[in-house]
Amino acid sequence: MPEREFTAPTRTQTQLVLRRFRQHRLAVASLIVLLALVLLAFVGGWWWKYSVADFTSDNSVPPSWQHPFGTDAAGRDTFAQVLRGTQISIGISVLVAVFATVVGTIWGTTAGYYRGRLDTVMMRIADLVLTLPLLAVAAVLGHNVGGSWWLIAVVIAGLYWAYVARVARGVVLSLREKEFVEAARALGASDARIIFGHLVPNAFGSIIVNATVLVSVAILLETALSYLGFGVRPPDTSLGLLVSDAQTAVDTRPWLFFFPGLFIILIALTINFIGDGLRDALDPQQTRVRR
Amino acid sequence: MLAYAVRRILVSVPILVIATFVVFVMVSLSGDPLSPLKTRNPPPPPQALALEAHRLHLDQPLLLRYWHWITGVTRGDFGPSVQSNQVIGPELIHRFLVTFRLIGLAMLLALVLAVLVGVISAVKQYSGTDYTFTFFGFLFLAMPSFWFAILLKEAGISFNDTVGNQVLFTIGDSSVYVDGGTWAHITDVLGHMILPTISLALLSFAAWSRFQRASMLEVLGSDYIRLARAKGLRRGPVLTRHALRTALIPLVTVTALDLGAIISGAIVTENVYQWRGAGSFLLESIQHDDAYAVAGWLLIAATFIILFNLAADLLYAVLDPRIRYA
Amino acid sequence: MTAPSEVVLDVADLRVEFRTDEGRVQAVRGVSYQLRRGEVLGIVGESGSGKSVTSLAVMGLLPGTAQVSGSVRFTGGSGSAGSRNPAELLGASDAALSRVRGQSIAMIFQDPMTSLNPVYTVGYQIAEAIRAHHDLPRDVLRKQVLALLAAVSIPNPAQRVNSYPHELSGGMRQRVVIAIAMANQPEVIIADEPTTALDVTVQAQVLEALRAAKVQTGAAMVLITHDLGVIAGQADRVLVMYAGRIVEAGTVEEIFYTPRMPYTLGLLGSQPRLDERRARLNPISGAPPSAINMPPGCPFVSRCPLAAPICETEEPLLTTVDPGGHGAACHFSDQLVGVAPADLFRPLSRETAS
Repeated sequence: MPEREFTAPTRTQTQLVLRRFRQHRLAVASLIVLLALVLLAFVGGWWWKYSVADFTSDNSVPPSWQHPFGTDAAGRDTFAQVLRGTQISIGISVLVAVFATVVGTIWGTTAGYYRGRLDTVMMRIADLVLTLPLLAVAAVLGHNVGGSWWLIAVVIAGLYWAYVARVARGVVLSLREKEFVEAARALGASDARIIFGHLVPNAFGSIIVNATVLVSVAILLETALSYLGFGVRPPDTSLGLLVSDAQTAVDTRPWLFFFPGLFIILIALTINFIGDGLRDALDPQQTRVRR
Repeated sequence: MLAYAVRRILVSVPILVIATFVVFVMVSLSGDPLSPLKTRNPPPPPQALALEAHRLHLDQPLLLRYWHWITGVTRGDFGPSVQSNQVIGPELIHRFLVTFRLIGLAMLLALVLAVLVGVISAVKQYSGTDYTFTFFGFLFLAMPSFWFAILLKEAGISFNDTVGNQVLFTIGDSSVYVDGGTWAHITDVLGHMILPTISLALLSFAAWSRFQRASMLEVLGSDYIRLARAKGLRRGPVLTRHALRTALIPLVTVTALDLGAIISGAIVTENVYQWRGAGSFLLESIQHDDAYAVAGWLLIAATFIILFNLAADLLYAVLDPRIRYA
Repeated sequence: MTAPSEVVLDVADLRVEFRTDEGRVQAVRGVSYQLRRGEVLGIVGESGSGKSVTSLAVMGLLPGTAQVSGSVRFTGGSGSAGSRNPAELLGASDAALSRVRGQSIAMIFQDPMTSLNPVYTVGYQIAEAIRAHHDLPRDVLRKQVLALLAAVSIPNPAQRVNSYPHELSGGMRQRVVIAIAMANQPEVIIADEPTTALDVTVQAQVLEALRAAKVQTGAAMVLITHDLGVIAGQADRVLVMYAGRIVEAGTVEEIFYTPRMPYTLGLLGSQPRLDERRARLNPISGAPPSAINMPPGCPFVSRCPLAAPICETEEPLLTTVDPGGHGAACHFSDQLVGVAPADLFRPLSRETAS
């Protein structure tokens, strides 16, 4: 009797992940919006007729066709300012996420893999960083390194790697007891090979989700830092700096206050939704039963 | 239990020392607290500069400065401040008490709201209510706290205008002069607290409500909830006596872990509402390159966080019998 | 056989469907049976056959995403709850069902490690089961709890009463769950795979406790398991389920000695035995069909040695094959009289193993 089976169609891992992500409509919409924003900031900002340093003769003008986001008291075009601020804030956040993820992952997986003394020392250092109010430490550092944007990125990344390290260590601790690690060791794989060839790829899902969340958290920290005056400073600008400059003018010249703020919210919100979609796609806890 | 607590505290001491040392070094190396003096016009005589440098221990090597400071702290002496009319120790205490008032109320508000919203969202999973709460949760998580605080401040001002009376205060933690007895004083303080408390509570509320929702969902799907229903218990008692009781436990740890973030949030909130609390103290001290003040601030903040985390761990052991003798 | 006793639970054409991302899952497709007072009804089937879902539907404990139709009538009610009990359980209000659960019908779940709430003591959780239906003073309650613990053979009941679940072994926890089930002298006890999660050595203790529960309460029992050995030792009548339907029903002797459905034969043949000389096992090759993509005919057709064209188009109904009430769902059940599993299924060999 020929073997026949009645089954549901099988799919590859990548296809499954993509399919689940696409089902998360909010995440997909957010991805589109975010890409549009990035394009607007980088391409639009470069192409826009006014630059950040242009002092036009239109002072404190509300939004118009000429100046879609209005101008400030010195006649600078707010649209150009906001786009530039977006460029810098996104740039910093992405840099932070990448740097912190790389350092934190290596740190955390090494600590989790070797355990014992090394683990204790490494994680004590990470815990030390996490015990402190990060804005306070960032303010101290930011005040002292100067206001250029990439230095601020280094400062923030120098704090957030600890979060990633903790997550990575947790994942590794749960993975290292699994059989495939034992098998790899039995086959004679070196420690480095096990860490980078087996543990990290399996932790990939958690790390990616964490990195995404990190971008949105970093942008909020950076803008707060810049708002307080310890982050990005003139001649560069940041969305946080723009809000700080506008805080006395909320009711007289609202465009100076609302546009930068809305951009921050939009960026953080879309990234949060994308992160949520990624989390569902990469690590579904259960099949979502529709009502 | 007591031994465990003591051990935890002892382990934290070296951590505190290292943290304060690192910060002290950073502040000392990069800034020059004497620069405002030096750039004054006309410039002060060199003896005045030398006197000030001596007062601030700037004529001593870095490590010695730190040593003096850390040994002084154990005696309650936080060292000289760049702002010469300020004694760091008492000033720090006073400022932190102000901030603790804000943080305490904000955390309470955030917790109560988060539990309510989280539980309702979980019980009515995928309903319109759930989606609305989730949307707002996401929105508040993406909102910069300083921006929202300013917005709330403006809303408070226009509220006062509509009502015709200054009900909500947007500047400072209390009025300079309050007419009337204790009741007037209390309402004055409350009036000053409402807006900043809401601003500070917002971010924590958003994060905790999502966490509580997830925790509640996990508990609701567990076998022992099913068994409780199989015993014949009604939905209400099952929810409160079994689900909530177990689902609240992880929140204790999360709250303690978030304390650092809440203190950071308080720094921003105090800046917006111009409170003279610990947050503004820190910002002023950084501006003045006041190494002792910054290190002192960090010591107190970190100690508070460590103690709070310890209390949370002990509370966790009380609530969850499984880890009591671990 | 004893004189036919009254029916306490009457299940008629029970159907359960779930809507998921992948489509509609038909977990239970028309299950009917009657449970009589004092008997033990065994339900046998592999994972995914729908046996657990059937019982959860009876108790009304399925998630809100399940669509249940058919009828489940509880016709016991000689207990203290009396005539206030509804006859029809499906669609009854939560208040009404809560009166039935734990009092008239009790349930025991599979995994003892997760069935008990970790933050309450064992004694509290047993007492809670009693307090849900009766108002008793504390000392009476305590005595009853201790008596229940003793009935399921928990040593040192007076001390164990204050233990937390994580301080007990898996076998002891399951016995506590049994104590909870028998606390209010129910008329029906549903045991959903009570020994599956436990070691074989512990299974005997749990089965013993289950037997004690039955004797002490006089309840009828529905025993769900995939372990034929448990069925052989405990059940009076047996239902064999496959792909959401009952494919064979009869007394335990009829099922074991004169099976009339190929799946049942396959199940019996795949059991390793010590008392017979057998060179190799006779497994059933293949896998059960996906519950989303149900074929039109008999769901066993892809694994059945007797499969014929009619099996692919027409799903066989459960028809009586013996005057005693033995039913089988197969087009060719009369061909299986006197057939042994080894005659039907090829033994495991290098050629068939793939």
